[in-house]
Amino acid sequence: MKLGFNILLGGGLTALVIVGGLLAPWLAPFDPVLDANLMNAELPPDSTFWFGTDSQGRDVYSRILYGAQISLTVGIVSQIINTLIGVALGISAGYWGGWWDDLVNGLTNVMLAIPSLIFALAVMAVLGPGLISLLIALGLTNWSWTCRIARSSTLSLKSQGYVQAAQTLGYGDIRIMMTQILPNIMGPILVMATLGMGAAVLAEAALSFLGLGIQPPYPSWGSMLTDARELIRLAPWAAIFPGLAIFLSVLGFNLLGDGLRDSLDPHMRTRKA
Amino acid sequence: MTGTPLLQIDDLHVRFPIAGGGLLGTGRRLLHAVNGLSLTLEKGECLSIVGESGCGKSTTALTVMGLQEPSSGSVSFRGAPFSGPGAPGRMQRAKAVQIVFQDPYASLNPRQTVHASLAAPLRLHGIRSASEIADRVETMLINVGLTADQARRYPHEFSGGQRQRIGIARALILEPEIVVLDEPVSALDVSIRAQIINLLLDLQEKYGLSYLMISHDLSVVEHMSDRVAVMFFGQIVEEGSWQHIFANPVHPYTRRLIAEIPDPDVAIRARDPAAGFTDVPLPQGRSFAMDGSNTPDVFTAPTPSELVEIDPGHRVRLSLRD
Repeated sequence: MKLGFNILLGGGLTALVIVGGLLAPWLAPFDPVLDANLMNAELPPDSTFWFGTDSQGRDVYSRILYGAQISLTVGIVSQIINTLIGVALGISAGYWGGWWDDLVNGLTNVMLAIPSLIFALAVMAVLGPGLISLLIALGLTNWSWTCRIARSSTLSLKSQGYVQAAQTLGYGDIRIMMTQILPNIMGPILVMATLGMGAAVLAEAALSFLGLGIQPPYPSWGSMLTDARELIRLAPWAAIFPGLAIFLSVLGFNLLGDGLRDSLDPHMRTRKA
Repeated sequence: MTGTPLLQIDDLHVRFPIAGGGLLGTGRRLLHAVNGLSLTLEKGECLSIVGESGCGKSTTALTVMGLQEPSSGSVSFRGAPFSGPGAPGRMQRAKAVQIVFQDPYASLNPRQTVHASLAAPLRLHGIRSASEIADRVETMLINVGLTADQARRYPHEFSGGQRQRIGIARALILEPEIVVLDEPVSALDVSIRAQIINLLLDLQEKYGLSYLMISHDLSVVEHMSDRVAVMFFGQIVEEGSWQHIFANPVHPYTRRLIAEIPDPDVAIRARDPAAGFTDVPLPQGRSFAMDGSNTPDVFTAPTPSELVEIDPGHRVRLSLRD
């Protein structure tokens, strides 16, 4: 079945990241931080060190597994924040209209005009490096598309009979947004959240690569790339495997998002059939 | 006329600003959707507003529902303001007026079971006991011709006619006094229409409801209405009892509408002047307003004209002949 391909591959890759991250303490043969041994530095992949070792002799495979925890945390938590902000602003703007809609639209346009990585960089510069500031920075900077989609979906639902009926039955605005509108726009919102997780993983890697994210010696795929950068000719495996991990997990989230969109959208379904 | 009518619409105007090109909105124009409409609805009657698409009948319905603010004029319920300042909040309105929508596919929340969409309004209006809620939902479902065990299902599991029954159940669950019927059967199969019309008539009797029906389909109006108001470009051109409008229409626009009914009896009368309608002598110096001799424009206020009573309870829009 053609339809299932994106979901299967995307879901599989995502599951791989989730399982790897959650089971890291059991799956990883070495400690990602403490098992540093300069005698083992820059060893190529072999049967002991599956993905080789980095410049301090730490097992790249173990560090990638633990790094998945960071990527997942950042991806999920920052997307929850983004989705909450985007949905709350988008639905209320679409439903209420007027000056609030203008304000939210203006804010969304500003957010879209500034590259979100630059914005995140600025937030990180203020908050200082670390996981919490990473979550805040990425959670505050990537809600504009979710907001736009929530707003436009709300606009199209607002004139539906059941939303008007809810008004005439005496429902308050907030209750209408929560019970009548939100459940009916969850499809596209879920797709945006999944796609955004890929972007968040990439942004985390970029920020950590720049030294603003997860601080050494704790493993994050981005900071592993930074470490490996100077030795890329001598020990390319230390850069290739974290790079592959980033690539495959972002690919997984994006395919999953695309697949969800295709299977949730009846129009796409009929077009393909 | 006995005392205050249940619902009174007085000189209602609704205008929409239309953005029309031009820098800084210089091209903004006002679309006159409803132009000085006055109507009364008495307890227990069915008043129909008929007219073609875009004549302002749905805007009128939305204004009565409080979903659209009037630009001027007023709506009052039992003599108390029902629009503008002093209008009751949604909770109070809900027990006075409810609406049945045209499209049974868009009027039910696809994510709510039938029970959820009927029980939530009851809970919202202060009924706490779960057994009472269940009872009332069940009674209402049976009243509209469904069965109690269908309450657990989602809207997509029902046919169009059944969905419309659910829509009617939802409109009646709070036991309102007035139900606005916005083209209640025009989205349904012809075979289902009669069933729904009969259901609406039964429920009207059972609950003592007053109906304000919006329709462009005169054959439906003929079956249900006590009184009929014919609307054209935001104004009423003719208003009267069922007998006045169907047996003795006077305004040219009303006659044209009736001639369109695909019912041979009515249509033949309308097409054949000798067999049908008698022309009423108009008062001195008057002619029919809005008779189609000059195309009205939704962006300009209409030329002055007034509804003149030509027979008790039968009013026609006339203008001064120039």
